[in-house]
Amino acid sequence: MKEHKFITIERIIKNGIVNFGRNIWLALAAIAMMGITLTILLFAVVANATFSHTVDQLTSHIDVSVYLNDNVTTGQRQNLISQLNATGNVKHIEYQDKSTVLKLYEQANQNNTDLLTAISETSNPLPAKIIITPQNPDNLDNIKAVLDKKSNAALQSDPTSYSGDRKAAIDKITSATHFFEEAGIIGIAVFVLISMLIIFNTIRMTIFNRRDELVIMRLLGASPGYIRGPFIVETMAYGAVAAAISLVVCAALFAVASQTLQASSLGLLDISYSGHFFREHLWLILLGQIAAGIIIGAASSAFATRRYLRSK
Amino acid sequence: MILLDRVSKTYNRRGTALDRVSLHIEPKEFVIIVGQSGAGKTTLFRLLTREEKPTSGKIVVGGIDYDKLSDKDIPMLRRKIGVVFQDFKLLPGKTVYENVAFALEIAGLSNSEIKHTIPKVLDLVGLKGKENNYPMELSGGERQRVAIARAVVRQPKILIADEPTGNLDPKHAWDVIKVLEKVNKFGTTVLLTTHNQEIVNALRRRVVTIKDGKIVSDRAVGSYKNA
Repeated sequence: MKEHKFITIERIIKNGIVNFGRNIWLALAAIAMMGITLTILLFAVVANATFSHTVDQLTSHIDVSVYLNDNVTTGQRQNLISQLNATGNVKHIEYQDKSTVLKLYEQANQNNTDLLTAISETSNPLPAKIIITPQNPDNLDNIKAVLDKKSNAALQSDPTSYSGDRKAAIDKITSATHFFEEAGIIGIAVFVLISMLIIFNTIRMTIFNRRDELVIMRLLGASPGYIRGPFIVETMAYGAVAAAISLVVCAALFAVASQTLQASSLGLLDISYSGHFFREHLWLILLGQIAAGIIIGAASSAFATRRYLRSK
Repeated sequence: MILLDRVSKTYNRRGTALDRVSLHIEPKEFVIIVGQSGAGKTTLFRLLTREEKPTSGKIVVGGIDYDKLSDKDIPMLRRKIGVVFQDFKLLPGKTVYENVAFALEIAGLSNSEIKHTIPKVLDLVGLKGKENNYPMELSGGERQRVAIARAVVRQPKILIADEPTGNLDPKHAWDVIKVLEKVNKFGTTVLLTTHNQEIVNALRRRVVTIKDGKIVSDRAVGSYKNA
């Protein structure tokens, strides 16, 4: 029985591949459409990865600096740090006393002798500070609320620095990422639907061309699975070929157009990451593309054959 | 072997094709069904191969009660019944060997079993040496013998031949009938429909006559006269 099943599956696959070869011209439209769908899908995945990577890069450098008055006591400082930690939005917090701040300032400006001379002539004018790296840079409201509290505001010598400019850029990129995600999902859905319709009609035409053969198969006692199987294998082959084409097209585009894209993104996006992501995940992408192609093909042909090959 | 008990088939547009037909056929019998076009012969065969369901009545074939047959059992039933058609229904893109092998492939036989079985059945129908020919390269009689080989290769208990000589000249028609007799001699129940009165009268077999969907005569050694 097991051997019988194995033989049947082997024949279904063989017949499907033979049919694929015979119907290649009829199948071209379906393969082309599926290739476009998979290319859009791949672009959406790579673009999403690039946007996310850029946002991650930027957000990892966001911090909040709180400048303290010289008369703030250790107790007051500890109390403020406790309040900030209690917000739950603090990934890392660091206190730099006045001498550390000065030392870092001097290191940062070691080539600027005028500045170093000026600062050495006075007693250290730089305030001690608390540097907060937030968990979620998109929402700093809770940290801001703690810092703006009257008792805490009194401890600060200067306004808090929120890495303001960078935050605005990140917000723009994040909203662009969300837009592209949504547009990508809608685009993919539309193209998946169109390619399924084309495959559906290709299979219907194939069924029509081979209706005599199918009638004979049914009368000779072929099971519905044995009749439908080769059609499904055939469309799965469409999917696999379309995936390979799409991958080659994308690889060529990333190789040729990455510099142009880098320039057109005004340096905001790390386009080189797209190529890096593509190469790094090549096998995963290949498998994903083939799986997506096979699923689209199998689903549409299963639907097309269900209606026309019902056992009477 | 075959039992039809008050079987009727009514179509919405065409009206009644079979009207309370009762028929009992014993194993190994050779039965000829005769009647004019539209009498209901083909409908009867379509019911036996379960291409259609009767409007009423009971059908039992080889112990299988069709009332209890689910859709998934139909392929198995069809593998037990051999069918031959007037228009041969061969696959033009396949050779004689491949056309016959097709029936065995569907049944899930291994390639070595197929290789072992086909020469014997081609020998039985007199097509030894034609294995690699395509249907287009054969005469009508030879094509019909390929169809018979395909129908009997799985050694069915029942062979249904619907007007197998309809498209053939007398010589080839007789070749086909002789093959059917040979198949019957090996123990297969044969149901044959034909218009050919010479064949019916020469065979001297049981003849069932259908007219307007009803059995009007059933004789152990019957004869037939074209209207």
